[in-house]
Amino acid sequence: MTILKATDIGISFGGVKAVDGVSFSVSPGQILSIIGPNGAGKTTLFNIVSGIYAASRGTIHLADEDVTGLSPHKLAARGLSRTFQNLQIFQRMTACENVMVGRHLREKCSLLPALFRTPSVTRQNRETRAAALDLLAYVGLKDVADVPAGSLPYGACKRLEIARALAAEPRVLLLDEPAAGCNAVETEEIDHLIRQVADRGVAVVLVEHDMKLVMKISDRILVLERGRPLAEGTPREVRDDPKVLEAYLGQHGAREAARA
Amino acid sequence: MGALLNQRFLTLAVLAVVIAVLPFVFPSSYYFRVASLVWVSALAAIGLNILMGQAGQVSLGHAAFFGIGAYAVAIGPTHLGIPPWAALLIGAALSAVLAYLVGRPILRLKGHYLAIATLGLGVLVALVISTESGWTGGPDGMPVERLTLFGWRVSGSYTWYWVTGALLLVGTWIALNLDETPTGRAFRALHDSEVAAQVVGVDVARFKLQAFVIAAVYASIAGSALAFMNGFINPDQAGFLHSVELVTIVVLGGLGSVVGSIVGAVVLVTLPQALTMFHEYEHLLLGLIIVVSMIFMRNGIVPSLSGLFLRRARS
Repeated sequence: MTILKATDIGISFGGVKAVDGVSFSVSPGQILSIIGPNGAGKTTLFNIVSGIYAASRGTIHLADEDVTGLSPHKLAARGLSRTFQNLQIFQRMTACENVMVGRHLREKCSLLPALFRTPSVTRQNRETRAAALDLLAYVGLKDVADVPAGSLPYGACKRLEIARALAAEPRVLLLDEPAAGCNAVETEEIDHLIRQVADRGVAVVLVEHDMKLVMKISDRILVLERGRPLAEGTPREVRDDPKVLEAYLGQHGAREAARA
Repeated sequence: MGALLNQRFLTLAVLAVVIAVLPFVFPSSYYFRVASLVWVSALAAIGLNILMGQAGQVSLGHAAFFGIGAYAVAIGPTHLGIPPWAALLIGAALSAVLAYLVGRPILRLKGHYLAIATLGLGVLVALVISTESGWTGGPDGMPVERLTLFGWRVSGSYTWYWVTGALLLVGTWIALNLDETPTGRAFRALHDSEVAAQVVGVDVARFKLQAFVIAAVYASIAGSALAFMNGFINPDQAGFLHSVELVTIVVLGGLGSVVGSIVGAVVLVTLPQALTMFHEYEHLLLGLIIVVSMIFMRNGIVPSLSGLFLRRARS
């Protein structure tokens, strides 16, 4: 069963084909990693799938519904959530409030009760905060719940983004380099976290440069090079693919690796 | 959560006490008048701060809504025979509708297009008011009928001190309420990162529009109150300089701080009164004080000072 399916996606920026004819699909509980050298179009592909860029060709289906060209908040309402490579946290809000915003779609949000603070608003606030604190505990940030997010260290912000994305209770989670800039211990924690999320039945699409992490947790791997799909398969298949070695190590390196 | 709730009640309680105690130290009715002007400006600024400080959008023509509120209570009773209190509500509704119509196409775009659009709107409204002299009295302004509520004729600077003070309390209460709701959080989220707000499902255009409409209604009610209080209104209240003054109050007091808007209004309304003794240097000194306080308190008076006290308390 496929939950997210992208078919023949393409986009050009001023004549440069950043993404060209890429297709992939992912099922609930599965982890699909998208890897490739810098500039391969991984983040661009994420931006298209999450509705931030409009693709110039191709279609995207979410749970059998054609969602091509829908805006990000409409995709979020249909169960798609994501994190960002360059942190996009709400700096002036506390860690807890960041996650509470993640619950936005699960909250009733009418203006008049909010202005007059009816009891139902207070009750809902309490529930949202409790749910947010649970998620913060889940990613190991409960102690800093009421600290402004802007003053948190980098690794904590990465996990905060994951907690915020999970708060929306997504069916598909796109993670853009969740382990970038994290040390070995933090990477290990994120690795566990992603596996747990997938085990709950969420389809995870991961862009990551940390090959150890990718090889360990991925069910399938899609390799991109210069916007085009280069290889796709299980971690083992991809690791042994001479084309992939060549893309990463160059022709000479690939020959060396093959001999070794 | 308990701490936040207490802070909200504390703010309201302190404000209520200040409003209640000031009359005991005021030596003349002139002081009541100046204080009422402060409350009215603060009310408009609190609304504008929801738009600027919370949702991060700038309106450079906010006096237009102030003017619509003011002229609604002038024109309604005089020309159309509408009861003054109903004219206030109609003015607020008109402002809301106008803000909605202007904001809806503009706020779909990214960037500070709202600032430009409202700049144009402000000029347009001021122009209409000064040229439609049959209705508005033109540049000379027009008298405003006294407000009567249930047979009670609301007049005199002493009475208006209490009425505007009560309005300010309600306005403060609502603004503080909003802060800790899904709507308030959506405002602050889209201010910090529009793209992140979108991907968690916040309809950014819709919430910017809501903030703009709320700010317009605040300004309109403040405008109506001022017109009732003065018993007279002229186009300056809807003019560009008044828009700039409102923005200055918000920035000077502190973006995003409700208390900041009140403090900003206190400074910007009372300072010119206090500086009149310097005659021709009045405006120079006013400008200088604003520039210096913005250099040394970049986040605005209230956030800068409360940050300073918190650091002192910790060390």
